[in-house]
Amino acid sequence: MRRRLQANAVLGAALVGLLLAVIALGFVWTPYDPIAIDLDHPLAAPGLAHWLGTDEFGRDVLSRAMLGARISGAIAAGVVTASVTLGLAIGLAAGFFGRWVDRVIMVLNDAVLAFPGILLALALMAVLGPSYGSLILALSVAYLPSVVRVVRASVLSIREREFVEASRVAGDGRLYTLLRHVLPNALPPVVVLATSLFGWAILAESALSFLGVGVPPPAPTWGNMLSSARPYMERAEWLSIAPGLCIAISLLGVNMLGDALRDWLDPRSET
Amino acid sequence: MTAPLLRVRNLRIEASNAPERPPLLADLSFDVAPGEFVAIVGESGSGKTMAARSIPGLLPLGVRRAGGSIFLDDRELTGLAPEALRAVRGREVGMVFQEPMVSLNPALTIGRQLAEGLKLHERLRDSEIRARCLEMLRRVQIADPERCLSAYPHEFSGGMRQRIMLASVLLLKPRLLIADEPTTALDTLSQREVMELMVELAAQAGTAVLLITHDLGLVARYARRVVVLEKGLTVEIGAAREVLVAPHHPYTQRLVASLPRRPAARAPRPSGRPLLEVRQAAIDYPGKTGLVGRAPPKRVVNGVSLTVGTGEIVAVVGGSGSGKTTIGRAVLGLKSLAEGAVVFDGVELAGMDRRQLRQFRRQAQLVFQDPYSSLDPRMRIGDTVGAPLRHNPDLTPAARRERVRQALEDVSLGGFEDRLPHEMSGGQRQRVAIARAVVSRPRLVVADEPVSALDMTIQRQVLELFQRLQAQYGFACLFITHDLGVVEEIADRLYVLAAGSVVEEGATEAVFDSPRHAYTQALLAAAPSRMAAAVSVA
Repeated sequence: MRRRLQANAVLGAALVGLLLAVIALGFVWTPYDPIAIDLDHPLAAPGLAHWLGTDEFGRDVLSRAMLGARISGAIAAGVVTASVTLGLAIGLAAGFFGRWVDRVIMVLNDAVLAFPGILLALALMAVLGPSYGSLILALSVAYLPSVVRVVRASVLSIREREFVEASRVAGDGRLYTLLRHVLPNALPPVVVLATSLFGWAILAESALSFLGVGVPPPAPTWGNMLSSARPYMERAEWLSIAPGLCIAISLLGVNMLGDALRDWLDPRSET
Repeated sequence: MTAPLLRVRNLRIEASNAPERPPLLADLSFDVAPGEFVAIVGESGSGKTMAARSIPGLLPLGVRRAGGSIFLDDRELTGLAPEALRAVRGREVGMVFQEPMVSLNPALTIGRQLAEGLKLHERLRDSEIRARCLEMLRRVQIADPERCLSAYPHEFSGGMRQRIMLASVLLLKPRLLIADEPTTALDTLSQREVMELMVELAAQAGTAVLLITHDLGLVARYARRVVVLEKGLTVEIGAAREVLVAPHHPYTQRLVASLPRRPAARAPRPSGRPLLEVRQAAIDYPGKTGLVGRAPPKRVVNGVSLTVGTGEIVAVVGGSGSGKTTIGRAVLGLKSLAEGAVVFDGVELAGMDRRQLRQFRRQAQLVFQDPYSSLDPRMRIGDTVGAPLRHNPDLTPAARRERVRQALEDVSLGGFEDRLPHEMSGGQRQRVAIARAVVSRPRLVVADEPVSALDMTIQRQVLELFQRLQAQYGFACLFITHDLGVVEEIADRLYVLAAGSVVEEGATEAVFDSPRHAYTQALLAAAPSRMAAAVSVA
C-alpha cells in the first residue's frame, strides 16, 4: 500500500513537473515562432529541423505544443480552481445547513445540470464573447453542478457522524464545526473529481475551439491543434500524435498526483 | 455416543500475504454431534468468525487455510472441488450472518430469495416451492406469510429480517447451521425471540447448531458445549455449564469475571435539588418529504418526565425504537422538544441566553456509543479531548494542555496526545471519548450505550473506569442502555422506556427484584448477561 502511494506521488509529481518545466521554458525559448507561417514547408515530417514536424501552414509543431501547454494548462487550472472553490462553498452550505438552503441550491443546481455542459458553455461563450476569462467562466459554470453534487453527498454522510454532534456538545459554533470537522473530511472525493475535471476541461476547450468559440486561432491549444489535425490524419499523423500525447501524459500526471494527494489526505496513511 | 457430524482437526488459518505473523487461528479441533448445540466464544480478533467461515469454504480474500482438516461425516470438505463444495453449502451446511440489514438483497422480494436455495438444490414445481416457503415463514412466526413473499427486505425490522434469514437457511433442512453472531445487531427482546426460534426449529429438524458469539449469556442459556478462543488459540473446551461455573484458564476466568453484576452494597447518594429535570417531554421527528408536501411528524417520545440528582447515576433502559437515545439528545439541547421542558440546575434549556448556553455546554457532556464514529479521524487525540475547553475563557493555553494531559492520564492514556484515532483500538477510543467528556469537569454526563460496542473484557475495563471517574469527579450521569446487566451494576435508579413512554421507574434493586410492568419483566427475562452471571454464581 505504501509503496503504491509513493510510486503514484513520485511519477505524478515528475510528469506534472515536466509539464510545468515545458511551460516555463516556453516563456523564454521555443525552437521557432509558434505562429510564424512557413508555406515552403507545410506538413513536414518530424526530423532534425522540426523535431515534431510542421502543420499545414508550415508552423513548427513542437513550438506550438509548448505554447499550447501554457494556454491549455492555464485554462484547465482556472476551470478546476473556480469550479472546485465555488462548488465546495455551495455544496457545503447545501449539505450542512439543509432545509430551505438545500432546497433552493439543489433546484438551481439540477436546473443547470439538466443542460449538456458543452451546450451551456457554448451559449455562455456566445453571450460573453471570446476571451480566456469567459472561456474559464463558461466551463466552470458547466462543471460546477457536478462538484456541488459530490460535495453535498459527502457532507450529508459526514454530517451524521457522531464527531459532528460531539463538536456541538463541546459548544462549537456551526461555522467552526463546518470548517474544522466537515470540510476536511469531505475533501477526498473532491480531490479525485478535481483531477478528472482537469482532463475534461482540456478536452472541452478543444471542442469549443472546434465549434469556433474557444481560443481563437492562430493561438495554439492542445485541443485546437488536435481538431485542426483531423483532416490530415492519414497524410500527417504526427499532427494528431503530438498534442494527443501531450494531453495523455499531462492527464496521467495530474491523475496520479491527485490519487497521491487523496492518499496523503487520508489520516490512515500516516504511520 | 453417535458419530460426530462435524469434525474439525488441527485447523490453522493465516493471512496469505504474511505467513510469518502469528496465525489467525491455530490448531483448532472440535466435534459437533448431530443435533448438538455448540458455541464458539471469543472477542474480536479471536478467530471465531474465521473458524466458522472455513467450514463451508467461505474464507475472505487474503486469508487461507494453512493446515488441518474439516470432516462432514466422513467427507473431507477441504479437499472438495468448488463444484462439490457448492452442493454442500446451503444443502448440508447453512449459514446465518450477523447483519440482518445487509444479508438480504434489497432489490429482490423475500419470495424470490427464499425460493433461490430450493431451486438450486432441489427439483420442485413452483407451486411446491411456494407452499414450502409459506410453511417455513409460518414456522418463523411471520404474521402474514402470503404478503411477506411479495414484500421487500426494507419493509421489515431487524428482528423480522433475521427470522426471514433463518427461514431461508432452514428451508433446505441443512444438517449443520452455522450462526455467526446472529443476534448481536438486535435488541434484547428480538434477540431472545430469534434465538429461541433457532433453537426450537433446529431441534425439530435435528439440525446441529454452531453458534459463533462474544456473548457468554447466550452460551449459558443455549449451548451444550463451548469452545473458548483467545487470539486464535483454543484456551478452553468443554460442557458450557462447567466452563462458565468453574473456568480453568485465566482468560476464561477473566471473561466470566467481566460479566456485569450487582454490587454488594451501593453507596447512598445525597438527595438534594435535582440537577436535571425533564418535564412531560414530547419529541417529534419530521415526517418524510414526499412528492407533494410533508408527512405529519412522527412522535417518538411522549410525555416523559425524569429527574437526575446531583452526583446520581440514572439509567434509561429500553429496546431499539423506544426513544431512549432521542431523550439523551434532547437533554443536551441537540434535539428540540415539541412539548414539555428540560430544566438544568433550575434554568429551562429553551430559555437560555447565549452566555447561559455556553456555560451549559461546559457542564453537560456526552459519551457516544460508537467510538469509531465519535472521533474526528483527522484530529489528534489531544485536540479532540481539548475541544470542550476551547470555550472556557478562564483557561490559559498552558492550563488547557495540562487539563488534557490530566484527562488522558485519568483514562490511562497518558502521552497519547499526538495519536490519531485510527492508530487506536475500540476500547482506547472509547476511553478517549470519556476523557473528552470529563475534561471540562461537567456536572452531567449523558452516556449513550457507552460500552455496548465493546468486547466483554474491554467493556469491563471501561465500566470500571467510568465508575472510578464518576466517584472522583462526582458528576451526575444519565446512562442510556439496553443492557440490563450493566444497569444493575452501576445505576442508582432507572427508568424503563417502551414506545416513547416511561412504563416503570424506581430504585435499581426494587425494579430488578420485583418488576411490575410486563415489559420490564420481559426485558429482565431476556437479558443474557444476567443469565450468565446467575449461572456462573450458582
